[in-house]
Order: sequence, then structure tokens, then C-alpha cells
Amino acid sequence: MATEALHENETLASLKSEAESLKGKLEEERAKLHDVELHQVAERVEALGQFVMKTRRTLKGHGNKVLCMDWCKDKRRIVSSSQDGKVIVWDSFTTNKEHAVTMPCTWVMACANAPSGCAIACGGLDNKCSVYPLTFDKNENMAAKKKSVAMHTNYLSACSFTNSDMQILTASGDGTCALWDVESGQLLQSFHGHGADVLCLDLAPSETGNTFVSGGCDKKAMVWDMRSGQCVQAFETHESDINSVRYYPSGDAFASGSDDATCRLYDLRADREVAIYSKESIIFGASSVDFSLSGRLLFAGYNDYTINVWDVLKGSRVSILFGHENRVSTLRVSPDGTAFCSGSWDHTLRVWA
Amino acid sequence: MAAGPAPPPGRPRAQMPHLRKMERVVVSMQDPDQGVKMRSQRLLVTVIPHAVTGGDVVQWLTQKFCISEEEARHLGAVLVQHGYIYPLRDPRSLVLRPDETPYRFQECYDRLHTKINHAWDLVLMQAREQLRAAKQRRKGDRLVIACQEQTYWLVNRPPPGAPSVLEQSPGRGSCAASRVHMRGDFYKQEIEYCRRALGRTRVKSSVCLEAYLSFCGQRGPHDPLVSGCLPSNPWISDDDAYWVMNAPTVVAPTKLRVERWGFSFRELLEDPVGRAHFMDFLGKEFSGENLSFWEACEELRYGAQAQVPTLVDAVYQQFLAPGAARWVNIDSRTMERTLEGLRQPHRYVLDDAQLHIYMLMKKDSYPRFLKSDMYKGLLAEAGIPLETKKRVFPFSRRPRHSSPSPALLPTPVEPTAAGGPGGGDGVA
Repeated sequence: MATEALHENETLASLKSEAESLKGKLEEERAKLHDVELHQVAERVEALGQFVMKTRRTLKGHGNKVLCMDWCKDKRRIVSSSQDGKVIVWDSFTTNKEHAVTMPCTWVMACANAPSGCAIACGGLDNKCSVYPLTFDKNENMAAKKKSVAMHTNYLSACSFTNSDMQILTASGDGTCALWDVESGQLLQSFHGHGADVLCLDLAPSETGNTFVSGGCDKKAMVWDMRSGQCVQAFETHESDINSVRYYPSGDAFASGSDDATCRLYDLRADREVAIYSKESIIFGASSVDFSLSGRLLFAGYNDYTINVWDVLKGSRVSILFGHENRVSTLRVSPDGTAFCSGSWDHTLRVWA
Repeated sequence: MAAGPAPPPGRPRAQMPHLRKMERVVVSMQDPDQGVKMRSQRLLVTVIPHAVTGGDVVQWLTQKFCISEEEARHLGAVLVQHGYIYPLRDPRSLVLRPDETPYRFQECYDRLHTKINHAWDLVLMQAREQLRAAKQRRKGDRLVIACQEQTYWLVNRPPPGAPSVLEQSPGRGSCAASRVHMRGDFYKQEIEYCRRALGRTRVKSSVCLEAYLSFCGQRGPHDPLVSGCLPSNPWISDDDAYWVMNAPTVVAPTKLRVERWGFSFRELLEDPVGRAHFMDFLGKEFSGENLSFWEACEELRYGAQAQVPTLVDAVYQQFLAPGAARWVNIDSRTMERTLEGLRQPHRYVLDDAQLHIYMLMKKDSYPRFLKSDMYKGLLAEAGIPLETKKRVFPFSRRPRHSSPSPALLPTPVEPTAAGGPGGGDGVA
């Protein structure tokens, strides 16, 4: 028995060192083609003018921390979820609440709008992702039509519909991501590779629509092939948990926000990190990031209650927005890029433009 | 059970025979059959279980040791003085009252000693410190220290209702998952990934970064947060005219919108109006089935699992079967592979064929569309909205119009695999 255990330990140790040395070689390969920095290339780009962005709408109604939000494709409606288990659908232009659902669990950390606008998905500490069809019929109880789709073995941290109402992609504290068929609840594909909780995901806006990126507590951002379940690219340069990942509008890169107080840009064709957005005065972690429509601006919400606006090309901070009274937990730019919405632990959501 | 008070330092407990003897007596007093009768005693309103009365103790001692009541009372008093039995009423006076007064047996002193004794040292130490500090410090220092302490408590124990800066999200434990993963499989996966990654082709940074510049440059004017939007940004002006003009299906798309169709093939297809015009164009060239085939494949890829066999069959019948009504022209190798795969249909079985047709449209039909009179005409016709005049009285708010929820609208007709010839609205 002792010799078996010893053998296993040796194998484990040798596997680990082999992995480490290969990773080192990979870094060398990646560095070979890195001939210029982004801010150097961007020197000839015109600087952005002065930015005046203000809160244009404040959505009040949640009784506790707002944890997640998502826009509807109609560019004005949003769905938001909170620690007290409530999920609310708002017309944020008029600030009217249109639907409200109470989940049977607290800390609803993920919510998403279906592409058709006819359903929402949400989940959190219940380890599930459930889909609710939206109904305006006063006689119908939305909770009655609830469909449990995803089942994980730990909390649900993120969810997103793919191109239709019939498939959902989820990320969980159990270290995996998964693709589900909404109607049957069947698991279509699972994605293993993260060494710790997966906290975020984003679908690639590519022509062939086959990949997505995820970020986790293992400081890794991983790009997956949805069809095969394999990891196609991985990046490990952050120094702490990655809270948020978002693709650059062209699909050739993605940005990440982390507890190490930096946001980083990773290029998929160059296969490396190409920019870091950080400042000495920014100490708290970035909880969520999103690009403006052209990809020129990166909006990032932080745990010190602020939102920083970055010039993606020049790497400089363009503006800092105050207003929230507790940490910013979620941030998304609207589908037509006319505004962005931030949700916070101060129980409110704000739309900025 | 070794009950009994802590001996003064210098004389270990084991060497005090009288304590051992007392312990033995107390143990037998607690014997369930032969011991003192235990019952629940009432102390004012509280009911204490497992208690004995002073009178019962005296009686038991009398019987057990065959002694007089006076002697029993004396022995009982000694037991109480040493703390083996403690009174539930008036505990400051360790006296045995031979009546209904309730008593209880002390817990094992060793255990108690561990639990309580160090607290005495702590209390003593704190008191000494405070006394010393109070004597030494000047008023200014005392004030500083008081404030320091108060701040500490405000941060670590905020009053109810106040937010705590130390609050965290639930369970960000990397422990559970990583403990499982740090095994052979995990490293094998990493090794495999690295080997694959080493073999991949990479693009020079300069090329990739230039691409961002051109992308941002091209899209800048179309980005409302960077360049503003006409007639006005609805969130700023409270006027939803911008959304009305740019609705998904609108008869007269704006100039910026028509321009975007020229940026990339994906951009054209994602816009329902753009896609519809492209379908018209393909119709004129008798290649509309290509786009319909692509749309049907998308429906398969993102459709419900239960629908997969039906959809695959429908697509085959419509587009791939020999003599099919809307036969698509795929190269023979791809066709062969596809037909082979159709024996066991799954949602990705048409991926190769779909990609082939997509690239055909992208490389051939799309560039011709952009050069066509049709597109040029659309571009020329498309208007630029006038900027909304700034309100004279900036404080009067425009009424914000509500809009019907997408959940209320009837589902738009989707082009199905068995749909009619081109010209459909192509809304996904």
C-alpha cells in the first residue's frame, strides 16, 4: 500500500512538473511574436474628448443587494436579481416594474433575458438555473410556470441564453460550465478544466458562433469550443479571482475584470494578454466589465463603489463615475450602445449615458 | 470523575486523599438506582431538571453511612463548601440547608477548570492593564484610545442596518473544487492543452493591434457613447425617437445603419432589414436557397433537442436530397461527409455544409451585393435624422413613452426549412 501511494505521488509530482515546463515553453512561444505594445500603436489615434456621463435613471425597488442584470433586445427593458431572492423585470426608460418573481433561494447571482424577450433565466445559491416565461396575464402566477433547467453541485454564478430561447449556458461554483436544452433540461455539453469556482462567462460574437470564454477563482480565463467541450485557449496572467469577462465587439479579443484591481485585454489571434488597465489609486477589485459599441471604451464597475471608464486603445482612464453607495456588482452596456446600466449592493440600479 | 476545587499551587490534586474520598461519595450520590432522588426543581418560574433538595441529601447521607442527622448535615455542608454540590438559590453562600432548597452536582472539575479558570487570569490581566494604563495616560491619550476602540467596533461590528464594509459574497471557496482537481487527470489535461497550444499558429501583435485601431476607427461614429447619436440619445433627452427610427423592422433605415451592412457580412445578416434586402438580391441571382439553407441550419443548431431529428430530415429533404426543391450547391467532398453524418443526426451534423455555404455567400454574393445598384440605392435613399433641438426649458421633462413588452408581441413568423422562396422577413 505504501509503495502504491508513493508511486502515485511520484507520478503526480512528475505530471505537475511536466505541466509547469510546458507552460513555460508556451509563454516563450507567445512572447516571440509580440513585437509592439498596444499603447504604442495607439499613439497616432486621436484622444477622446472630455466625457460627461451622468446617471439618467435610478431604479429603486430591490430590498437588498443587486447582484446581476441583463438587457432585453428591445434596448430599454432589463431584468435584475438580488440577494433577497427577487428577480424584477423593468422598463428602465420609464422606470416601471413589469414583472417580479421571488426565487426560493437567496443570493440570486445570475439572471439573463431570452433573445425573444419572452422569458428570463435566473439562479444562485439553489445551484440551479430556472427559466420563467414572462406573462402579463394577471391570473397566471409566473412562479407556477417555472422550469428548472440546469443542475449544478454548487452555486450558479452566471447564465446566458445562446442564439435562441432553447439553449442556456451556465457557470457554477462547482468549477464547471455547462450547456443545457431548456425544454428537456438535458445536459448537452459540460466544460471541465477550471481548478476552482467559475464566476463569469460570455458568448463569442463570432460568425460561426461556436465559442465562449469563462473566468474563475483559479485566475484563469478559458476559451471553450461549445461543440466538443474542449478548452481551446487559456490565459493565466491575473493575480486573483476573475469576476467578469466580456468579448471585444469584433470577437478577436476579450476583456477581464479581477479582484487584483486590474482589467486586462487578451487577444485571441496573438494568443496573449495585450493590455492592462490599472492605476495605483485603484485598490479594490473590478467586479464587472463591458465594452461600448465600437470597443473604444471599457466600462468597469469596482468594489470601491465607483465605475472607471477606460480608453481601450490608449490604456488610460478617461473618467471616474461616482454615485453608488456600495460596491458595483454588475454592469452591462445596452444592446444599441446608447447607455450602460450598473447594479450595486446599495439596492439600486443606475442607467448612465 | 474527578470533581473538586483546584488545589493551591505546589500540591498536586492526586496527593489530596480527602478530595478523592469526597469524590467517591459524590459519585455514589449520583448513582441512578442507589443515589439521591433527582427531580426537576422549580426555582421561581424556571424549572431546573436533575436537581436534589438539601433535605434529600441529608437523608441519603444518614442512611448510607448510618450516621446521625447532625453528622449528616455536617458532612453535607463540607461537600457544599468544597463545591461538589452547588446551591441553585443564593449561590454566594455555600451552605447546605436541609429543606426543599434545590442543589445540583458540580460538573467534573477538570473540565470546568479548563473552561473557566483561564478566564480568571484573563480578567485579572485586563483589570491590571486597565488600571495601569489609566494611571499613566494623559487625557489626550485616553481620548485617542477611546476613539480608536470605537472605530474598531464600528468597522467590525456595525450597528444593525448599517452596511458592513467587511461583507463578502457567499462561498468563494476555491478549496473544494481544487482539492478534487489537483490530481493526475487535471495535470494530464493541462499537459494535453499545452501540447496542442504549442502547435497553434499565432499572429504577430502588430497585426492584431492594428486591427483594433481600424475596428474602433470604423465603428466610432456609430457608437452613441463616443460620438453621440441622432436625433438624440433617448436616455438624455427622454425622447425615444432614436429607437423608433432604428426599430428592428423599419421601412426606411438610417444612413448609419445601411453603412454598417458594409462593415462585415455578419453585420448585414444580424440586421433583419439588411438580411431581407440581401435575400431580395440573392433572389435576383437565383441563389436565395443558400441563405435559406443557412437559416435552417442555424435553427437546427440552436433549436430544442427534441426537434433535432425532425429538423435534420426537413433540411435534407428541402436542400440536400437529389432533386430537392431548393437544392444547394456544395462541393462533393463536403456533401459526401454530410450525407455520411446524416445517418446519425445530431445538432452539429450540418456544420460543414453550413460553413461552406456561409463562406460562399461571404466571399462571392456579399461583395457583389455591396457593389450592386440595389445597395447603392439604399445608401443614397437613407437619411440622416436631424438633431433634436435642445429644450428651451431644460427642467421640464418630456413625457417618457412606454413601449409594448416583447413578451406581449406575437412571435414573428420565422423562416422554416420548409418555408417559401426568398423574400421572407428573415427575423430570427
